[in-house]
Amino acid sequence: MDYQLFLQLTLTGLAWGSVYALVALSFVLIFKATDTFNFAQPEIMMLGAYIGFTLVSVFHLPFFLGFVLTMLIMAVLTALMEMMVVRPLVGEPMLSIVMITIGLAYVIQGFVGMTWGYEEFEYPSPFPTDPILFGEVVISQAELYTIICTAILLVVFFLFFKFSSSGITLRATAEDTTAAFLMGINVKRVFTGSWVIAGLIAAIAGTFLASFTFVDPKMNFLALKALPAIILGGMDSVHGAIIGGLLIGVMENLAGFYLEDYLGSGINEITAYVVVLLVMMIRPYGLFGSKEIERV
Amino acid sequence: MAVTRFCVRSYEQDSRIFPSTSAKLGLLLLAIALIALPWVAGKYIIFIASVAAVSVIGALGLNVLTGYAGLISLGHAAFLGVGAYTAAILSTQYQLPFLITLPAAGVFAALLGAVVGIPTLRLKGMYLLVTTLAFQFIVEHIVYHWEDVTAGDRGINLPDPDLFGFTLDKYMGYYYVVVALAVIAAILMKNLAMSRTGRALVAVRDRDIAAEMIGVHVAKYKIIAFIISSFTAGIAGALYAYLLGLISPDHFTLNQSILYVAMIIVGGMGTVMGAIIGAIFMVLLPEFISAISGPISSAYPLFAPRIGGISVTIYGLILIFFLLFEPKGLVGIWLRIKRYWLTWPYTY
Repeated sequence: MDYQLFLQLTLTGLAWGSVYALVALSFVLIFKATDTFNFAQPEIMMLGAYIGFTLVSVFHLPFFLGFVLTMLIMAVLTALMEMMVVRPLVGEPMLSIVMITIGLAYVIQGFVGMTWGYEEFEYPSPFPTDPILFGEVVISQAELYTIICTAILLVVFFLFFKFSSSGITLRATAEDTTAAFLMGINVKRVFTGSWVIAGLIAAIAGTFLASFTFVDPKMNFLALKALPAIILGGMDSVHGAIIGGLLIGVMENLAGFYLEDYLGSGINEITAYVVVLLVMMIRPYGLFGSKEIERV
Repeated sequence: MAVTRFCVRSYEQDSRIFPSTSAKLGLLLLAIALIALPWVAGKYIIFIASVAAVSVIGALGLNVLTGYAGLISLGHAAFLGVGAYTAAILSTQYQLPFLITLPAAGVFAALLGAVVGIPTLRLKGMYLLVTTLAFQFIVEHIVYHWEDVTAGDRGINLPDPDLFGFTLDKYMGYYYVVVALAVIAAILMKNLAMSRTGRALVAVRDRDIAAEMIGVHVAKYKIIAFIISSFTAGIAGALYAYLLGLISPDHFTLNQSILYVAMIIVGGMGTVMGAIIGAIFMVLLPEFISAISGPISSAYPLFAPRIGGISVTIYGLILIFFLLFEPKGLVGIWLRIKRYWLTWPYTY
């Protein structure tokens, strides 16, 4: 086997996997705090990328300022979404909450379509475009920076959850909402907070994804791959989401190249979902998830 | 979750299929309207009515799974697709008649439904949702890439449906077939809801551990729910395939699956009438949207390429609206109106 090619595929896979990992992390955060999935997360990622693109390319702000403004806007938007749309349904059956987030996803998709249209845009990438050579392995700088920035971000979030008081509040609520409420934790604020943090992570993921692809209204489909990542890692596990995301990214890149001859083109698109079905049959709680499966 | 009959006065009345004379009368009028439609309406309206009837069958199938048994599925369109492609392949490559391909589509979809149902014996909630989602994506992928059999995105052309050697006219005979099957499906589902099986499914939905305690074989009934639901979906898919005459993978995507869930939510989850009304509503919605988006795009030509955003937004807003303000769906609204007039001038 050609190991340089293998290495290159793995690195590209890691870059994509970082994006999946970030989106997966945002899913898991909301799942841990509020016990439901937010299916609008890929759309929130897309919205973040579009807002960043507009601020930097249309209003010609410097990248860093644009990025910070994007984060602020996304924080306000996700807080509003949680308070106005999802909060009234707390305690309803899961299907209702899932479907309302799908409704939210549709509204964001429609909004993006109506505002920015359906063509692709070049994202004003902050990373240099010329590729770097490691020996004979060529890697684009956007991908490299994505991997590095994701690693830094994950460390920051790890420290946040472990040591800051807001992080501990969030974990307490995730552990047992009622007990947290009785201990005087403002559960409502934690719910909103989890949405805001998840929205920010998704927006960062969107920035990365856009910088090595394009800004287009199909970005959300790519981010949907975070779901298999969560299943693989375990739904309620933060490091599971990250490792799951990276694994899915690498696997689909390798499968896309090495298995294409045997299984036909496009195999990389469903590698993730085949993995999901296998995991569901063998180990439904994922690699790192807690065993909460009730058997009846 | 599903209160179907507010206005019954006795157990005897509750166990009848049609609780009152006025309900029978209303259904009779509806039957006359359905029979008369192809003689008075144009081809397009008949086509839309047929699509609505097919969607009613599909939504009734999903209603068994999600409404009665409480098992969430985002893969319903995949079962429709399996049915549609089974019928298409059998009728084009083996020249089998409609009377054979239709049940075959149902049976094949039901077999797959049983297979997908097996993991659900251990899975609940979110995990089940993602499993059905994975099934949806895998079916989409196979249909798209197994070109020798499914012809990929070129799609398959179906022959006109035939019954006992007679070719059915799409805007006359076939319409009656589809509507008749939708009516049969509705009656069967209504009966199912009132039978032991239906009540067992509802018991599994409401509290599965308690259901097991009182002697409901939960695993068996979960599989039964999957089989009934996917069989119905397979039939609906086959009917849809013959109706369109050309099927491609685009007809059975995740969006379609979400649309079916939206149908039973908008109509009213867990009720036969809800599934019917919801399906009709969601089929008519695009007609309504194109009625408003046509003038908008001609008034603002610059906005025309972005007009697609409007329909997506409306779908999303309708979902959010119903879940927030009318969780019992259109049926809930209807029942409230009915109760208001029954007890008028008192409020209760």
